[in-house]
Amino acid sequence: MIDFQNVFILAQKELRDARRNRWFLLYALAFAALALGLAWMALRGAGDYGLAGFGRTSASLINLILLIVPLMGLTLGALALAGEREQGTLLYLLAQPINQAELLLGKAIGLGLALVAALSLGFGLTALLIATNGGAADVGIYLALLGLASLLALVSLSVGMLISSATASGATAVGIALFVWLLLVFFGDLGLMGSAVVMQFDIDQLFLATLANPLQLFKIAAVYSLRNNLEALGPAGIYALRTYGDQLVLLLVGLLVAWVALPLLLTGVFFKRRGVL
Amino acid sequence: MTTPIIEVNALTKRFGALTAVDDLSFTVDAGEAVALWGANGAGKTTVLRCLLHLIPFEGQIAVDGIDVRQRGKIVRRLIGFVPQELTFHDDLTVAETLVFYARLKKLPTGHDFTPLLTRLELDEHVHKAVRDLSGGLKQRLALALALLADPPILLLDEPTSNLDIRAREDFLQFVRELNGAGKTLIFSSHRLEEVRALADRVLLLEGGRLALAAPPRELERRLSETTTLHLALLPVTIDPALRVLSDHGLPVSRNGHGVRVQVPPDAKAEPLRLLHDAGIDVQDFTLE
Repeated sequence: MIDFQNVFILAQKELRDARRNRWFLLYALAFAALALGLAWMALRGAGDYGLAGFGRTSASLINLILLIVPLMGLTLGALALAGEREQGTLLYLLAQPINQAELLLGKAIGLGLALVAALSLGFGLTALLIATNGGAADVGIYLALLGLASLLALVSLSVGMLISSATASGATAVGIALFVWLLLVFFGDLGLMGSAVVMQFDIDQLFLATLANPLQLFKIAAVYSLRNNLEALGPAGIYALRTYGDQLVLLLVGLLVAWVALPLLLTGVFFKRRGVL
Repeated sequence: MTTPIIEVNALTKRFGALTAVDDLSFTVDAGEAVALWGANGAGKTTVLRCLLHLIPFEGQIAVDGIDVRQRGKIVRRLIGFVPQELTFHDDLTVAETLVFYARLKKLPTGHDFTPLLTRLELDEHVHKAVRDLSGGLKQRLALALALLADPPILLLDEPTSNLDIRAREDFLQFVRELNGAGKTLIFSSHRLEEVRALADRVLLLEGGRLALAAPPRELERRLSETTTLHLALLPVTIDPALRVLSDHGLPVSRNGHGVRVQVPPDAKAEPLRLLHDAGIDVQDFTLE
């Protein structure tokens, strides 16, 4: 039986800890600074031609989000349990009248809120810059991108917590998290291309393989919300749109939500099996 | 007749190939003070962690008639715990730490911590960060947290290991008062003076097994009859050494990187000679 008052207390504690976490603050500031930089360049380069605004900035932000947001979520999640396990604070916390599910939920909610707040800060400051420079077009696209970026942050957090539940030390968990980040960010595209050539994937197999990487899910959904077509993503993009039509965004968002829920459930299983040690 | 507030039946805990607690059964009456006594690695801390269901185990544990495995959260509400390693969130102040744990223990908002803080002489330190507290102050904070919701049972894991002599005496005095006021006490220790000062009964653990359950004076008598020898051995020679020594009737158990063997005070060299004859190298030894 889950006591949501305990979940709330633990989530508050995580939010507070995130505010004092130097790495997290550094990531959040780096994201805000780079987003502002991209918006400024978009305004400078295209403003004179009436092209500046939220739409153009959103396009530039997609690659930044793909790079930084998973790094933030994975490292924060990786330290969530393993760091406390290493310090011994996990043992003392669980000696209190709470259960493991409450602790996991509290951590996931608190850290998730911290990530969304950090993204909102970056997006908010950037929006302010764009609005004060007269580029108010495509606000909807910009907000949709914030929503998708938040979902990607929660996916990364969930995967990070899964890593954390199975490792004894914070350093090991962060090491594995960085490897997963490299795998998803840098080798995702290359691996997919290599596999497609070697295994001679059909176009539908190629698309299904694409869906296995949450970063690709985010990218397809973000590009689609930006342009309403997927030609920029090549044959697989065109195939996806032709096969799923308007349902594509629902499918992508649904899969991203599954990427949040499934690792979190597995985290519960691993955590229960491993205990506090 | 008193009712047991804690009932442990056939408790076994394995960490891979190592059996830390082996088929242990005991009961503790309400208001009793029980010491878990034994060398490092004897299983004392593991038993306390199992009582709180912090780690999975085999066997049954009931606290106040409640199955720990089934309803661990309710059981933990009945227990105040002082861990051996005093690991709190270092960046919180003493006041923030108290409020955080008080909320988890469902104390009403605005609860007055002053009497507890005054009794433990922590009132001057409430605004200090936990990381800035000395070992003694951290120990007092741990006890304050354990007593927050006034639980009927206290579990203390090597409670004075970080304290100097004066702080140890103060701490033991306070814990004795708590026991006198009716709190059930289970504490682990390897200090005889601590056991003598606090315990009504001692459970002597050897290699995770219950070797003796008796009043402290019985433990003292037994200790004066034997000397304990810790032998450091190469990992591959531990099992053969256990066989050789037990075949010669010596009480022996696995202990960390070697074995722990009890011998009469005038025969301390006997295990060394037996192992030498069996071709087993002893890397080092200490006497307890």
